[in-house]
Amino acid sequence: MKNNIQFNRFYKVFNFISLALVIISVLLIFFKGLNFGVDFKGGTLIELRVNDKQTNISSLRSAFNSMNLGDVAIKNFGNENDYLIKFEKKDKDKNLIQNIKKELTKKIGLVYEFRRVENVGPKVSAELLNKGLIAIAVALGAMLFYIWIRFEWQFSIGAIIALFHDVIITIGIFSLFSIEINLSIVAAVLTIVGYSMNDTVVIFDRVRENLKKHISIKIFELTNISINETLSRTIITSVTTLLALLSIFIFGGEILKGFSLAMILGVIFGTYSSIYIANPTLVYLNVSYRTVVKEENN
Amino acid sequence: MLKFSKINILVTLVLSILVIFFSISNITKFDDNFFKKKINLGLDLQGGSYLLLKIDNEPVIIKELQNKAVSLKNFFKENNIQIFNININENKEIIFSTNEKNVEKVESFLNDKDGSINIYFDQFKSFQYEVENEKENFKLKLSKYGLIKIKTSSLDQAIEIVRRRVDEVGTNEPNILKRGNDRILVELPGLDDPMRIKNLLGKTANLTFRFITKTNDETFGSEQLEFEDGSEIANVSKRIIVSGENLIDAQPRMDNQTNETVVTFDFDRVGAKRFGRATTKGVGKRLAIILDGKVISAPVIQEAIVSGSGQISGDFTFQTATDLALLLRSGALPAPLEIIEERTVGPGLGEDSIKSGLLALLIGFVLVIAFMLFKYKVFGIIANTTLILNLFFLIGILTIFEATLTLPGIAGIILTVGMAVDANVLIFERIKEEIRNEKNKIIAFDTGYVKSRSAILDANITTLIAALILFFLGSGPIKGFAVTLGTGIFTTLFTVYFIARLLTSLYVIKNKNKESLI
Repeated sequence: MKNNIQFNRFYKVFNFISLALVIISVLLIFFKGLNFGVDFKGGTLIELRVNDKQTNISSLRSAFNSMNLGDVAIKNFGNENDYLIKFEKKDKDKNLIQNIKKELTKKIGLVYEFRRVENVGPKVSAELLNKGLIAIAVALGAMLFYIWIRFEWQFSIGAIIALFHDVIITIGIFSLFSIEINLSIVAAVLTIVGYSMNDTVVIFDRVRENLKKHISIKIFELTNISINETLSRTIITSVTTLLALLSIFIFGGEILKGFSLAMILGVIFGTYSSIYIANPTLVYLNVSYRTVVKEENN
Repeated sequence: MLKFSKINILVTLVLSILVIFFSISNITKFDDNFFKKKINLGLDLQGGSYLLLKIDNEPVIIKELQNKAVSLKNFFKENNIQIFNININENKEIIFSTNEKNVEKVESFLNDKDGSINIYFDQFKSFQYEVENEKENFKLKLSKYGLIKIKTSSLDQAIEIVRRRVDEVGTNEPNILKRGNDRILVELPGLDDPMRIKNLLGKTANLTFRFITKTNDETFGSEQLEFEDGSEIANVSKRIIVSGENLIDAQPRMDNQTNETVVTFDFDRVGAKRFGRATTKGVGKRLAIILDGKVISAPVIQEAIVSGSGQISGDFTFQTATDLALLLRSGALPAPLEIIEERTVGPGLGEDSIKSGLLALLIGFVLVIAFMLFKYKVFGIIANTTLILNLFFLIGILTIFEATLTLPGIAGIILTVGMAVDANVLIFERIKEEIRNEKNKIIAFDTGYVKSRSAILDANITTLIAALILFFLGSGPIKGFAVTLGTGIFTTLFTVYFIARLLTSLYVIKNKNKESLI
């Protein structure tokens, strides 16, 4: 069965929508900001399990608020017995965790268990943020370099615009819903960069092949042919990847929720952008048979 | 063509059996060497504590400057050059002045590459101190390499002391590593409450024995020090009689007479001699035992102690006495350590993470396999066989290298399962296209493999680039993700080109006359 969907009829419409989404995302990131976790902001995180029906979020809140820890954020984590507690205490206290345990035992009794404690100093968190940003920048640079040696510059521009599109919108969504940004989100963003590129490159590979095969067909039509020819692959691979990611999201536990959500968004936008961002760029840049052949004669 | 040599098939078969064995060795309990290799579980899966310590080198640098000032004084005295107003400025530099006629001599001493007063490091082409002078006023500042030398040597000492302290507590396979030039990473698997270790590492354990004086006319000067329990502030001489360096042993004991917990200690020969002399002269005086700038106790000397051993009492519980003895035995840190990052995962959470990670892997795996079967039928079986073997290869290789598996690492395996089928899908889709124009099924299959190759390589290289960057720039658990994702790419390419291709060709050669093959 041969696919023949007129993707190219909607290039302009979707480009406009994408542009709007990117602008909204940038505005969100700048004005609403990102919800950085302790990895990047510094501070303390405690994952607490309570084995007692009488203790609830409000009794925990009053217990923690009386400890003079500054702004304490408490929320349920996964199920009703698990809580995530976050705060930034400015002055250094060597026995912080021990003191909290002591106070907490006084307030609610010995009915809890500290499942996880993370304490990141301001210097380390600044370094981690810096390292994360460098990693993302290096990844984008490396992709640019790879596609620049593999393809002609018009293709590189298409792929890179698609890449930025996916990353910016994913981060924008994280900003919109105030989802926590931590180290694993950086890992997710880098993987999105890889996936988005991967998906774009497969279609580009076909466009390039078709440019040589059908010399007389215009790029507008040609991108559509290439998208259709690779469409089953695009769909099957996205579906299997999404099945794996959904499985992590639903069954992989609370810690991997943010990571898998970022990846799911990235795969969806990565698939979409390969078709509706990367390919139209080739059209706008007037790619033709000559673009590919001229380069190869050099 | 779709032909495989016998050797090729044999090698693939042997490798497959090997990785299956290694994968299985993770769940067997044999003591056999062959099965001994296991994937290490990261701290986030087995539970444990990760501490990043930063060494505060300021006191070490000040001490170095003080020592240097003293040796400068002595050195110039020996060489009959008058210097005066020697001082340490802002804890950063040594300043002094000399007579106008001596300026050149001082300059030449301080810039002598073979001299001993300002050491020259040949390998760095740099002096230990940078010398500046305005006429007869000199300024000495530690050079970049001078500072690095001090920092590395204090880090080396500190790491040794940290190791001793951690080993004494007896945790399970601790991992202690240098990080940069002023940090130490301590990983303590299986430890769910690092409180005790944190307490032990937070103490410099600088022990001194000094007299308490009433007057201020001591030649060494004196200082006001607080008692540990806050009961008293004493005027303590700065002259150190003996310090912790001279201890050879320390143990917690129960004092039979007072029923108190005490710490007993033994001096080495030098220490015993000094201690003996001081206690002989100082009968009736109070001897302060000072740890990290606080007086633990200050007993009155009843009689000379020449045996070279003694005991410290001071309101100890058995636990605090044990810890003090441990600190004294392991020696003082060259500088205080600060914990700048701590991550502790309890064993309960670790177990839950393993459970949910494996559940997600199982479900993701089943979903992908079902989807492929539904989509490709017979070729789905081939793709799925490849996928299962791929998983064995991935786990087998991680086992052979005894890699560390983290929770994000498990996510990387699941993601590999989702993305691994891509290569086979690219090939199968290409073959479908080729079959439309090519009557000879075998040629069509062969072309399918050839023509899809560049897309497969591109697709995998991009993911590999991301994984490599994560591996080199990521930290902790994230590295585990990079490892599984990156290894997964190699195992995917191997299984697709050696195993899936073999299975496809066997099937195609057998059924080449069948109408709808794929």
